[in-house]
Amino acid sequence: MSASALLADDSLWELFSRAISLRDYNTRVVLAGTTMLGISGGLVGAFLILRKRALAADVVSHAALPGIALAFLLAERFSPGSGRSTGVLLLGAFVTGLLGMAMTLAIRSWTRIKDDAALAVVLGLFFGVGTALFTVVQKTKTGNVAGLRDFVFGKTASLVAADVWLIGGISVAVIVLCGGVFKELSLLCFDEEFAAARGYRTTMLDGLLTLMAVTVTLIGLQSVGLLLVVALLLIPPTAARFWTNDLKIMSILAAVIGGVSCAGGVVLSSSFPRLAAGAVIVLTGSVLFLVSLVFGKERGLFPRWRSQRQFEQRIGRSDLLRACYELLEPILGSDETTPESLTIYEIDALVLSVTRQWPRGRFHGLIATAVRDGLLVLSSKDGYHLTLRGAEEARDAVRRHRLWEIYLLTQTDLDPRLVDRGADGIEHVLDPDQLAELERRLGGESPHGVPPSPHPIGASGT
Amino acid sequence: MSSRHLVKFNTKQPTTVNSLLTPLQTWTLLDTWIVVIGALAAMACALPGCFLLLRKQSLMGDAISHTSLLGVVGAFFVSHWLVEAKVISPTTELSVRHVAMCVGAIVVGVLSAWLTESLQKLGNVESSAALGVVFTSLFALGLLLIRAFADNVHIDLDCVLYGEIVTAPMETVGKSGVPRAVIVNGFVLLINLLLTILLFKELRLSAFDPALATTLGIPAQTMHYGLMGLTAMTLVAAFESVGSILVIAMLIIPPATAYLLTDRLPRMIGLSLLIGAISAALGHVSALTLPPLISRSIGIADVQDASSAGMMAAAAGFLFVLAMLLGPRYGLAVRVWHRLLLKLRIASEDVLGQLYRMEETAPRVIADADSSDVRQRTSWHRYITTHSWKSRIATWLLMRRGWLTGSHSDARLTDIGREAARTLVRSHRLWESFLAKHFLLGEGRFHESAEQVEHFLDPELLAELDHDLDRPGVDPHGRAIPK
Repeated sequence: MSASALLADDSLWELFSRAISLRDYNTRVVLAGTTMLGISGGLVGAFLILRKRALAADVVSHAALPGIALAFLLAERFSPGSGRSTGVLLLGAFVTGLLGMAMTLAIRSWTRIKDDAALAVVLGLFFGVGTALFTVVQKTKTGNVAGLRDFVFGKTASLVAADVWLIGGISVAVIVLCGGVFKELSLLCFDEEFAAARGYRTTMLDGLLTLMAVTVTLIGLQSVGLLLVVALLLIPPTAARFWTNDLKIMSILAAVIGGVSCAGGVVLSSSFPRLAAGAVIVLTGSVLFLVSLVFGKERGLFPRWRSQRQFEQRIGRSDLLRACYELLEPILGSDETTPESLTIYEIDALVLSVTRQWPRGRFHGLIATAVRDGLLVLSSKDGYHLTLRGAEEARDAVRRHRLWEIYLLTQTDLDPRLVDRGADGIEHVLDPDQLAELERRLGGESPHGVPPSPHPIGASGT
Repeated sequence: MSSRHLVKFNTKQPTTVNSLLTPLQTWTLLDTWIVVIGALAAMACALPGCFLLLRKQSLMGDAISHTSLLGVVGAFFVSHWLVEAKVISPTTELSVRHVAMCVGAIVVGVLSAWLTESLQKLGNVESSAALGVVFTSLFALGLLLIRAFADNVHIDLDCVLYGEIVTAPMETVGKSGVPRAVIVNGFVLLINLLLTILLFKELRLSAFDPALATTLGIPAQTMHYGLMGLTAMTLVAAFESVGSILVIAMLIIPPATAYLLTDRLPRMIGLSLLIGAISAALGHVSALTLPPLISRSIGIADVQDASSAGMMAAAAGFLFVLAMLLGPRYGLAVRVWHRLLLKLRIASEDVLGQLYRMEETAPRVIADADSSDVRQRTSWHRYITTHSWKSRIATWLLMRRGWLTGSHSDARLTDIGREAARTLVRSHRLWESFLAKHFLLGEGRFHESAEQVEHFLDPELLAELDHDLDRPGVDPHGRAIPK
């Protein structure tokens, strides 16, 4: 059985088009409500992960289990038949969810067991009690657990409109509230002491954030299931973090990613009824996360790799040009190295390659890039000429290198033999202002000219 | 409603006890095996759990228990594919599948640890967030695969999650009558025990001081992934028989409980094994006895028992809460008690000091005995009514000890009491003098500081102060320092 076999199903395309075109009232409502849920999850999660508390949502969702079972039992006791009302079950979940959070806090502040272990203990305890109570529910006459089991694995597609109105309504309320206290929450996440000093009630704000997180977690239970609901609050903001350093943009982006993954999950799972909606929602989020991990503008792997590469190329290029200059300098005499005169002589590639002991592949790559960029021209079989632009850049590179060398020699107690290597690292990151300052300090012997090397060139490249 | 039932319980106590014990009268060999399986699984989990706890990776167990679902699903696919391809016969499929499940879970367990770590390093993602992203994604993938291809493989999701500890004893090995789950969990426990003993030094060092461990040549990476693999193997062995819920709980709760009780690692490991075993027994017994009680008290049709695995986890949690409250050294009760004792000591000393000062300001001049008496009584009355319950309890205690006489409204120092009070006032005034000599503080500040320090100065320190101040006769306020 494979995906193609699944697709061969005749009604599949029909289902998919129905889901896409939102022909069913129920699909429309579920889509809207779940998208709202995703948005609120991303928004609240953005603050949670900044406070390094993302996994608390996992504890809340597990702690909700005994509450759901207890609420069912009690509701059935007092008015038989009301046990499956979403409101009642959520209320029970809310009570034990908060209780779980409170117990985590108590363990963390009163015993020597710290964060992660406290979370793990509470999770295990509440989940155990919940499992036991669930079997009790199962064995009562009225307790067909099917309805309650949706809380464990989630069942987005089969949500009824009334439940979705509840979920969507609460989500919108959370979104509005989050927007209302955005400034205060950002301050809390970045500088708690400062916020307290400014007169904000940090404890209350923290409580509010926790309350919002608990709320989103619980209304997410039915859609995603308690085992995965933490992903709603965790994956979108973590993914958004790769794109920006600005909290405002990050939280908006997290909300968008959350909304998109929920919407995508609903559409996919209503077209492929065999796929568990919760899992699809989470996996849609995971895919967006992977994309962000690779391409995210601020911290993504690819942009970071590219800027790293660009920097390395710039270094290689200026090293190559400096080597050319230093080969030509003894021929011309150090006073005659005008850009024009540097272009006259041919440079032998073999001689050039041994000056800095480049690996062969790297050397050919550097030469090729330099030729492409119009810094060098091939003049004979293994000989190159500097172009005028190449010569000017070469003079710049050498000037930067030597100015820093002279600075190190005159201003520090560095061993003269180490000066060359010290300059190798710094020359590439000197900006024009720093260069001007260096020249001023060194007495401005040759403004815009190339100072003579303070040490014999033969020693270079060691 | 609850009060009504409370009354019912109280009046019919014998029946309640009876109904509590009735289910236990049908205790069979099966129940014994359930407890044995639970205890073995709990003990096997507690061993890697101790080190996870110390390495601050407690949630790793929870994460691995989720992700190993992916490994289990993978194992099903592989064994199914092997049968299809006629590499193995359907009869041997089951045993191949068990091995494949174990291997799959270890692979996925180590993989999730590795993914978490590389996400943390490569992507600069905070560790708990990285863990969360990895485990939810992998678990969702596992769920999806199960649902999408459920026709071909029969994986009961409930069984993976909750386990069927109740039916686990039925599957026995050969004719011996020993359940397979006992063998499997016992074997894993044995492996864990052996590895813990053999690698004890390395495990301990890398848990407490990873930097030192690395400098001593213990490969930190290998230890880390080894522990993760071991955890995954333990988890998946226990899964089948007891379910993931028990495993998640038993991995961390017993070690955390033991951690509250002792400071020594070998003792902690021993205790966590013991606590795991006790939780298993306690859990099964309460799974048989509690639910009928609860279900009857809330008036729902009779329920015979609850999930033993769930109750074992709950029992472990119960033991944790007990240790948290009543632990001998770090328990909350002990700490509250010590604080209370300290508060009472301070309150008693304050009462003594107060009475001593009253005697000073109203000396019993024989000629004017009555009026000085009245003055002291009124000022004592004012003191005791304006001060908190602590002073009142302290007064009562001091009277019992014989340091005070008289009544509650008119307390007087006895000779022994006066001796103690004199030492206290001496500490107070010496400290004030010391502050006045060495610190530039406003006069009001001497008293505040002395009020706190007076309770904590021992005789040697007093002698030292006396010497430093050249045996002063009066304090900065001009009052005599008692000898």
